[in-house]
Amino acid sequence: MSDAKTDRPLLEIKNLEKRFDLDQGFLETLKFKQGKIVRESRSVHAVNNISLEARKGEALCVVGESGCGKSTVARLVAGLLTPSAGEIHYGGQRIDNLPRAGMQPLRKKIQMIFQNPYASLNPRMTIRQALEEPVRHHYPNASAAEVRDKVTEVMLSVGVDPSWAKRYPHEFSGGQRQRIAIARALTVDPEFIIADEPISALDVSIQAQVLNLMLEAKESRGLTYLFITHDLSVVEHFGTRVAVLYLGSVCEVADTATLFSSPKHPYTRALLSAVPQLKDDRPNHIRLKGEIPTPINLPKGCPFQSRCAFADARCKSEKPKAIHQPDGSMVACHAVEEDRLDAVAAG
Amino acid sequence: MSLLSVRDLTVKFAMRDQTVTALNGISFDLAKGERLGIVGESGAGKSITGFSLMNLLSRPGYIDTGKILFEGEDVVQMNDKRLRNLRGNRMAMIFQDPMVTLNPVLTIGQQMIETLMAHRKLSHEEARQIAIVKLREVYIPSPEERLEQYPHELSGGMRQRIIIAIALLLDPQLIIADEPTTALDVTIQADIMELMLELCQSNQVGLILITHDLGVVSQMTERTLVMYAGRIIESGRTREIINDPQHPYTQGLINALPQQTVPGQRLKQIPGNMPGLASIPAGCAFNPRCKYATDLCRSRVPEAVHYGGVEVACHEVQRLNSDEDRQEARA
Ligand SMILES: Nc1ncnc2c1ncn2[C@@H]1O[C@H](COP(=O)(O)OP(=O)(O)OP(=O)(O)O)[C@@H](O)[C@H]1O
Ligand SMILES: Nc1ncnc2c1ncn2[C@@H]1O[C@H](COP(=O)(O)OP(=O)(O)O)[C@@H](O)[C@H]1O
Ligand code: SF4
Ligand code: SF4
Ligand SMILES: [Mg+2]
Ligand SMILES: [Mg+2]
Repeated sequence: MSDAKTDRPLLEIKNLEKRFDLDQGFLETLKFKQGKIVRESRSVHAVNNISLEARKGEALCVVGESGCGKSTVARLVAGLLTPSAGEIHYGGQRIDNLPRAGMQPLRKKIQMIFQNPYASLNPRMTIRQALEEPVRHHYPNASAAEVRDKVTEVMLSVGVDPSWAKRYPHEFSGGQRQRIAIARALTVDPEFIIADEPISALDVSIQAQVLNLMLEAKESRGLTYLFITHDLSVVEHFGTRVAVLYLGSVCEVADTATLFSSPKHPYTRALLSAVPQLKDDRPNHIRLKGEIPTPINLPKGCPFQSRCAFADARCKSEKPKAIHQPDGSMVACHAVEEDRLDAVAAG
Repeated sequence: MSLLSVRDLTVKFAMRDQTVTALNGISFDLAKGERLGIVGESGAGKSITGFSLMNLLSRPGYIDTGKILFEGEDVVQMNDKRLRNLRGNRMAMIFQDPMVTLNPVLTIGQQMIETLMAHRKLSHEEARQIAIVKLREVYIPSPEERLEQYPHELSGGMRQRIIIAIALLLDPQLIIADEPTTALDVTIQADIMELMLELCQSNQVGLILITHDLGVVSQMTERTLVMYAGRIIESGRTREIINDPQHPYTQGLINALPQQTVPGQRLKQIPGNMPGLASIPAGCAFNPRCKYATDLCRSRVPEAVHYGGVEVACHEVQRLNSDEDRQEARA
């Protein structure tokens, strides 16, 4: 079982960077600085030196606030974007610099599910056509009957009623469309699913239906997930590991149970305290001060410093590195490293 | 006297081939300064309720029957002049999509200052100062600069905070907030909710909070209405409803939350979907999704009865009370 191969994570993200150059005209890039005209183009630092791993069978969740780079990470891993720097390895193979032809087998192994199932379903294709298309594409030698059987099997396994086959996406509710989108991803027997906020647009009872479906697929097919969400209760339920992102950097990575029972990074703590609790009506939430910087003018030092109650001079000048903690988590915070966090909180 | 009293409100949509009922005989009250949550899933009729209260429905929707008494006056019967005075001034609404309220071609400052000057005798500078204060209250960084910006130059979260500032601008008696923080991040949502709570409490402003998030309702409101397919199916004190829900749908909603299940285990899902308006089942609209449904449920609409500290519209509530799933919901 545990040969060298299984020890290696299925997905390895190493020092990943992504900058988007802001679309500017030549004149807009000219700036007058210290008596000289200089050319300066601005860019969005969406992902800054992120390293993450996902082992086979894991559900790695990426959480953080809007704009922190979650979707960018997902799209980089899916090969929909090219990194500015860093490497992505899948199954031991470097995949971020592959030519088109080299990507082809990976497109079958790695499937992506989006927040808006409309985006991934062609409105002019019936459900059957939408589900058969990827099977035909990835198994060009399959007979019509084999394609049909495969699709019917997947439809049944995810609770998509085969009688829906002749209908079009607009005839379905959001939850049904998301189930169809998941079915579509599963028809080609993927190993790895990147799901970007797959249930965020759905109602509670439908979220439960879709999440159950994804859990079942994980168990029965041994799937590995990269699951993007901003909903911490979903993370706690679905995730085996969690990475907390802030302004394009990883604050903390930990096993789910560890993260929820002993969050360490000040941002993680604030985030967990902000979740509205169902049964206790005294919110005990840590109020963050200050302003969220834009990823255009990234601060020097710790990205969280402007909102952090523990920021000091070192935080303003030196970017904290992710450091291994005794409980196995990785935390990028000077205060945690210096062990001055709980001392301040207690005092 | 209640601040707001809604009686037998029925709202319909005149479609090409048929007329459908979106709200079916809704009644509820709101005391001055009271905070009420309206929960239920997409399509339950929450937003339509909010729009109706301000008489903002547009064709093909119309109020078919019923009364909406606000400070004793029926909103349904108000003329345009009275309605203009009501909206914004005495009753304000916050929508999920900020662009419903914001005018894309005016700066934030122009919109806030014009609103203030239209309703109050203020100089431009006085109005500007009030606008700055309100922006600061909703954590808008550098408010002076924001006044000069256009809506598209701001992030979604920032836009929504500006909407809340605009709603607070004229110190209304009642704020109707339709999913006001759904598009916001949790840390900002928590700040805004705390802020709204403070403002409502200290100024005795009533709040109707429309949301699908039971956690938010639990933190924010004193009373809750649960809606399903155009009807109120359960109502009562928020704490009672969260801790001891009586209606199978409310129980289902609470039980379906991930925090109600051991991590990694199958969630307790409610089968099926909310029906569309053209195909609301006869009898109790929830019956195709309800494991307790009987023949009576399929033929007769249940009336609201007082049970276990709440009002609940379910034929089987007594039988249910001994069921073990109820014990589960209570735990
Ligand atoms: N203009 C319209 N014409 C016809 N039906 C409509 C119209 N607007 C809303 N409806 C229907 O009225 C019902 C209630 O709508 P409403 O928007 O109040 O639901 P909601 O509970 O607010 O849901 P959501 O959370 O999705 O906003 C839905 O079935 C909806 O499809
Ligand atoms: N094509 C693009 N051009 C410029 N900026 C972008 C582009 N895509 C994403 N960004 C920026 O990168 C940051 C991270 O974006 P994203 O990954 O979409 O965030 P999230 O999914 O966490 O909301 C944001 O500031 C976003 O505005
Ligand atoms: S490094 Fe400093 S600023 Fe950053 S989170 Fe830690 S204490 Fe706060
Ligand atoms: S009335 Fe009947 S169908 Fe409706 S909720 Fe009660 S038991 Fe279920
Ligand atoms: Mg995103
Ligand atoms: Mg709505």
